[in-house]
Amino acid sequence: MKRKTTIAFCLSVIVAVGLQSFKIEKKGTIKHKGDLVNAGLTLPDNFSANIIADNLGSARHLVVTPQGDIYVHLDRPKDGKGIVVLHDNGDKAAIKTSFGAFGGTGIRIKNGYLYASSDRDVYRFKLNSNNEVIDPEHPEKVVGNLVTKRGHRPKAIALDDNGNLYVNIGAYSNICSEFDPEKKGCPILDSAGGIWRFKTDKLNQKQSDGVRFATGLRNVVGLDWNQEDNQLFVMQHGRDALHDLFPKYYTVQQSALLPAECMYALKEGDNAGWPYLYYDDVKHKKMMGPEYGGDGEKEADAKYIDPVAAYPGHLAPDGLLFYTGNQFPEKYKNGAFIAFHGSWNRAPEPQAGYFVVFQPFKNGKPDGKWEVFADGFAGTPEQAAAGRAEHRPCGLAQGADGSLYVSDDSKGTIYKITYKK
Amino acid sequence: MKIKVVGILLALIPLSINCSLAQVKKAQHRPVSGTSVLRGKIVYTSVCLPCHMADGGGVQNLNPPLVKTSYVLGDKTTLIKIVLNGFNEDVEINGNTYSNAMTPHDDLKDQQIADVLTYVRSSFGNKASAVKATEVAKVRATNKKA
Ligand code: HEC
Repeated sequence: MKRKTTIAFCLSVIVAVGLQSFKIEKKGTIKHKGDLVNAGLTLPDNFSANIIADNLGSARHLVVTPQGDIYVHLDRPKDGKGIVVLHDNGDKAAIKTSFGAFGGTGIRIKNGYLYASSDRDVYRFKLNSNNEVIDPEHPEKVVGNLVTKRGHRPKAIALDDNGNLYVNIGAYSNICSEFDPEKKGCPILDSAGGIWRFKTDKLNQKQSDGVRFATGLRNVVGLDWNQEDNQLFVMQHGRDALHDLFPKYYTVQQSALLPAECMYALKEGDNAGWPYLYYDDVKHKKMMGPEYGGDGEKEADAKYIDPVAAYPGHLAPDGLLFYTGNQFPEKYKNGAFIAFHGSWNRAPEPQAGYFVVFQPFKNGKPDGKWEVFADGFAGTPEQAAAGRAEHRPCGLAQGADGSLYVSDDSKGTIYKITYKK
Repeated sequence: MKIKVVGILLALIPLSINCSLAQVKKAQHRPVSGTSVLRGKIVYTSVCLPCHMADGGGVQNLNPPLVKTSYVLGDKTTLIKIVLNGFNEDVEINGNTYSNAMTPHDDLKDQQIADVLTYVRSSFGNKASAVKATEVAKVRATNKKA
């Protein structure tokens, strides 16, 4: 009797101690996540990653100044402020200040101004010679009242060297079927589903003052101006639910991989063909959309532009950056980094993405196969497969010394990736 | 004894108008809601899972979770209407908004809607009463035609 209780007592102590140490260990790994090798990311040889800031909120796009300040745009303002300013001290970044009463995605610096977009407007703030915002309380409104309905609201922005501002106005629909029941042509393309161009130095423009620069783009979050080619490149988020809507043409497995997420190089007047087509990256063809007579085999009208590169379906490209720095090896110069936010529309198949891809370029055009550059944002492979990622890469920025910065809009983590031979 | 079994059968039939007799017979071996939950899981997997996910957790900023929300646990008429008519409104669900649109699912049969909602209301940590096909039929009858 006595012995039994002793054994039971001992066992429970062992179990309790065991549980305790497990708890401590678990707590430790979470607490010191920044001390993990490469912040938990896998990278090519001689690259390393650091978490320089954490818990910022829904960190979308970001820019880094030559002085080492980082402007991060939050999707939802934190304590009433939508833009957080960090200062990069090397291994860590300290919060300097925050301002801007609006949340949003787009943020850029050009010619002495910081441009930032809400889901409705684009504002600019004048910068001093240290690239600090002079009057954070009083931004100028560059464009106001852009179409913003349910879905695909973020107004990602890019700037060229000729005083133009490019704004994504996403289609407020998956595939327009609710607006085009008789298949006469998608009526929402007049005011959404494309890239609009405005002037950077004209205030209070309306959407109608802009030019519909390119159309037939369902939604673009990652976009960047290519200096080598002097052209706008965009990443489109492809349509959802081929199987759910057309089970007779698409299996669950096909629907998880199709359609491709596409990169387009745009000229004024281009039409990429949403919602009438999608791109099949296995067939390498533009396919007629099933809503408009397609069956998974029929090809689309050739009048629509071709993508310049294509990636597996639903990976959600949210950041695009042409790398012009000198820190990384030669092959990266003028190539594109793409932040894939990660899928959800692959269920019940495993989800994927949650990584940063490198796309080699030559003479301003994609050249060769893309590769995964930074992986592991999701945490474990199981977390990625279930779509329950810890971190989701969204924005990309380049520092003056050529370091690459990646934002995560799930936990508000900022990663800094550097190269050392 | 025999009469009793027949009595139970008879009592069960009106509860599940759309149910085949075979399913009613099966129901003797398991609680009625149990089979409804099992059938509901099948409906959920093919119809709702692509958006609300296998764990009912939804997708950040896009599709809301079905975990202890006021809609899932609350008034059954509202809940049935969400499935029949779809849902596309700017509402806060547990403090967040979701930008995707839920399409109508009025092509599902009364029993399928009852089953899937019974499954949802007893899964993902939810504990709420079953939804019956008769309740769905009633809501459908007075539901506005789109
Ligand atoms: C196309 C994606 C999609 C599918 C398929 C879908 N839903 Fe939804 N559901 C949504 C979205 C998006 C909302 C929120 C819409 C809003 O905020 O206006 C929603 C809202 C809801 C809500 C109310 C909000 C909450 O979270 O409690 C319930 C309940 C619900 N869905 C149940 C279902 C059930 C049951 C099915 C299957 C029969 C289903 N949904 C299929 C996308 C979907």
